[in-house]
Amino acid sequence: MTYLKKSPWVIHYDASSCNGCDIEVLAALTPVYDVERFGIINTGNPKHADIFLVTGSVNEQNKEVVKNIYEQIPEPKVVVAIGICAASGGIFRECYNVLGGVDKVIPVDVFVTGCAARPESIIDGVVTALGILETKRLAMKEKGNETMDKSGSAV
Amino acid sequence: MITEPVISLVNAVLFILLAPLAGGLIAGIDRKVTARMQGRVGPPVLQPFYDVGKLFEKENMVVTVTQHFYVLSYLVFMIVAGALFFSGGDMLLVIFAFTLSHIFLVLGAYASYSPYSHIGAERELIQIIAYEPMIIFTAVGMYMVTQSFNVSAIVNSGIPIILYLPGVFIGYLIVLTIKLRKSPFDLSTSHHAHQEIVKGVTTDFSGSNLGKIEIAHWYEYVFLLGVVYLFFGFSPVIAVAAIIIAYFLEILIDNTISRVKWQLTLRSAWLIAGTLGIVNLGVLYYLKGVIMP
Amino acid sequence: MNDLVFLIGFPVIVALLMLLVKDKIRNYIVIISAIALGIASLYLLIIYFNKNTVFFDIPFEPTSKIMFIIEILLAVYILYLGITFKKYFTVALILLQAGLLLFLEMGLIPGIEPVNNLFIDQLSIIMAMIIGIIGSLICVYALGYMETYHNRHADIKDRRKLFFFILFIFLSAMFGIVFSNNLIWVFFFWEITTICSFVLIGYSRTPEATNNAFLALSMNLLGGVAFIAALIYIAIMDPSGKLFGLDSLISSGYALAIVPAVLICFAGITKAALMPFSSWLVGAMVAPTPVSALLHSSTMVKAGVYIIVRFAPVLALTTEGFIIAMVGAVTFLLASGIAISQSNAKKVLAYSTIANLGLIVACAGVGTYNLMWVAILLIIFHAIAKSLLFLCVGTVENRIGSKNIEDMGGLIVRMPKIAMMMFIGMAGMFLAPFGMVISKWAAIEAFITAPFGLIFIAILAFGGSFTVFYWSKWMGKIISVMRHQEVVEDTVKKEKWAVLYILTGLVVGVCLAFPLISTYLIEPFIMNIYGVTTRLSQANFAIMIMMICLLLIMPFSMLFYRTGSKHVSPYMGGRTMESEMRFSGTFGTMRELSLSNYYMEKYFGEDKVFYIGTLLCWGLLLIAGIILAGVVL
Repeated sequence: MTYLKKSPWVIHYDASSCNGCDIEVLAALTPVYDVERFGIINTGNPKHADIFLVTGSVNEQNKEVVKNIYEQIPEPKVVVAIGICAASGGIFRECYNVLGGVDKVIPVDVFVTGCAARPESIIDGVVTALGILETKRLAMKEKGNETMDKSGSAV
Repeated sequence: MITEPVISLVNAVLFILLAPLAGGLIAGIDRKVTARMQGRVGPPVLQPFYDVGKLFEKENMVVTVTQHFYVLSYLVFMIVAGALFFSGGDMLLVIFAFTLSHIFLVLGAYASYSPYSHIGAERELIQIIAYEPMIIFTAVGMYMVTQSFNVSAIVNSGIPIILYLPGVFIGYLIVLTIKLRKSPFDLSTSHHAHQEIVKGVTTDFSGSNLGKIEIAHWYEYVFLLGVVYLFFGFSPVIAVAAIIIAYFLEILIDNTISRVKWQLTLRSAWLIAGTLGIVNLGVLYYLKGVIMP
Repeated sequence: MNDLVFLIGFPVIVALLMLLVKDKIRNYIVIISAIALGIASLYLLIIYFNKNTVFFDIPFEPTSKIMFIIEILLAVYILYLGITFKKYFTVALILLQAGLLLFLEMGLIPGIEPVNNLFIDQLSIIMAMIIGIIGSLICVYALGYMETYHNRHADIKDRRKLFFFILFIFLSAMFGIVFSNNLIWVFFFWEITTICSFVLIGYSRTPEATNNAFLALSMNLLGGVAFIAALIYIAIMDPSGKLFGLDSLISSGYALAIVPAVLICFAGITKAALMPFSSWLVGAMVAPTPVSALLHSSTMVKAGVYIIVRFAPVLALTTEGFIIAMVGAVTFLLASGIAISQSNAKKVLAYSTIANLGLIVACAGVGTYNLMWVAILLIIFHAIAKSLLFLCVGTVENRIGSKNIEDMGGLIVRMPKIAMMMFIGMAGMFLAPFGMVISKWAAIEAFITAPFGLIFIAILAFGGSFTVFYWSKWMGKIISVMRHQEVVEDTVKKEKWAVLYILTGLVVGVCLAFPLISTYLIEPFIMNIYGVTTRLSQANFAIMIMMICLLLIMPFSMLFYRTGSKHVSPYMGGRTMESEMRFSGTFGTMRELSLSNYYMEKYFGEDKVFYIGTLLCWGLLLIAGIILAGVVL
């Protein structure tokens, strides 16, 4: 029995987005889309989150922040890069301080395209992420069992 | 013949086993009703169970290992307080155990030395001192009506306590808003999608620790609503209806009133305790023998 | 009888030795005599716990003559100091007191021959245990503390001989107060404690210390004047001198006893530093920490509440008693409030002491049998927990060089053992199921049946929540885990550890042993006076024991979690926290993280609240005075 899929909590971080994608992420929480139907909650705190939603490209200023937030999310976790900027830097790619997409700093599991990404595709992206989350959970569990076995045999 | 200690013990065990189920369901219904009030469909009623289940599947991540200790103590003493209450113990002892458990939560937040947890801890403390006088007045009021601090004696007295303690009851409902972490008093942390200075007192808890905090909240719900029951102890049907109405009111207040500052929380809670509570008790005291059974 | 005389006399001998010997030998003598005093008070417990009041007929003369001469000499000494330091208020008070004393001794006393001058009952045993065990533990602790103190403060002249001399005289005087049945003797010992505290507070001889010492002196002299007025009143009312016996005065009934009782309770209020006299106890914080510990926990202020508890049967259910209780209750509420606004650890402890003494006086002033039970319980629990806290703060201060609570962040990392002890001490002050909360609980249950009890319950409910606030935030400060701090407690001396361990053990132990204390000491005492007694129900007691055990077990859960946790830094809004609590701020600067507590100055500012308290309490005392004048006339 897994509960992870039924209760994915997200943290949303605006790396250097033009706010277009952010509005759409928040739109998904409004009554029209109401993602809380699926148990999705925007926690605002990485330590409570399972899914990391990043909008906008990563630059010199915020790469530390993106990394830090990612590290503070407990395993299993997935990263969803929302919008074209988060995927590749988008129209800001050529800027002097922009590194590019989120995957330049942390591993990304799902890319959601669009400028701005539509709420439907964001929800679709998160649902895809849930599948990956489940695989990661199983992998973590197996690994946990393995280490336990190892320590057991050592004793 | 079943003796009284056995009944108490059975009640306590039943509380320990069933309260999380009831509390979780209450939380689920709460979220559903809240969603409906906001024109949304809302999560499944069992969502709180999924959430906690998930939290226990997550990685064990801490800032300091002492957090485990504080959270566990919080949960354990919350259970102790509730079990004492449902086994018919002394109301004041229950209140002190209840305070003790919250102090552990506050200490857990202090332990991580993070600015957000710290603010949450301070605010949680402010909430504790805001509601404590009123809760003590509640217990004292019940004593004045039933001549006993024992929950079992209060329930079995058959007196319609609410008629003697209307002011205390309203005061209790207002501090209940603080305790249930509802707007306008959800300063230190709040439930479901609300955020307050990140997540206030729970900011640096994750995984199973957060899950334990949620379970403790469930126990707390059942205990707090149990106190509402006491006011209507003479008739279980009315009591259950009162609990439902009271809880519905809390949800309504939550969804219609915006959050206030801590200063206002403190002042209003004390003002309520100082006026409604004390005036009600004073009248009872003054009319002792006149309206008392 | 010899045991009582031993407890009063032995400290005097040790005190005289203290004047002669040097450092090394002093350590041995102090430790040995502390053990002796501890054993002697335990012996007292074993011999007398099942006997009710026992009187001893020590001849009144020539002891009284000697006492009188000492008192006059001390008065001359204070007169000299007062004139030297231009403290004319003190001078006026000491002249007034000496005049009254001469009038009493020359004009009224000759010819009387009181018997039964010493006595012991369960309350005396409890007090003797507190003085004999906690008081002498503090003396042992002072050995190490004073050495460090003088190393740190090279500018202060090393007068440790005098210091330890006074400490032991102090203990002797305290034993004298609790064992004397003759009020004239009680007064003598009472004055000795006043003067001892004066010398100890002014130990460092800085201008601040001197001023505060004189403040304490003049307030206590004011009480002394009231005390002696009570003695004169007794002497005039009853020329035979029989009423000088504490027992006969208390049992003589309202009409005779109320005037001296209120006057002596006024003296008790000054000594117990209730509002409006609380400022002397706060000022006394300039003294070295063992002095504060001694004044606050086992001696001095406890003498004040002791005498009020003694007179509780006279005060019970009278208007005068109610007013005294109100002074206590107002003090409890306001002093607890002020404690919220303080960041100086010793001041927080001071206001907490004042508040708890207020609560004790509130219980004793109302004076019903179950409140008396609470008052005695409070005296015991408070003495132990407070002395532990003072000594811990003293140790911390010596290590980290600050007594500011804000500097105690992460103490659990820097001084883990001390922090744990402080934690237990604080828990003892405000958390269930430890002592102070048991008392608070019993107080609510007792006040509810007392006349006008609702007022006290309301004050207790609000004051209690203030208490929770200031202790919890301090507790939170010391247990916050700040990494990269070095451990600084391994330089603490062995005998200090021993003292701290014993006190920590006592905090927990007394909670576990409290039904025994209640059954064998407090209940018989109350039974004797009121003919009824009270106790905590068996079931509730069993629950409390279970809770204490649970609390003691809980820390072991840490062993279970020792491994397998992934550590991350606290959440900083996405900023990376580096070592030494630094994080990258804007424009690439590194900034240090520091957190501090709420103090709510706006609500609980010391000046404002103290002003209100002074007004209220003076008002109450004035009303008591008017009523008293009515009784006299």
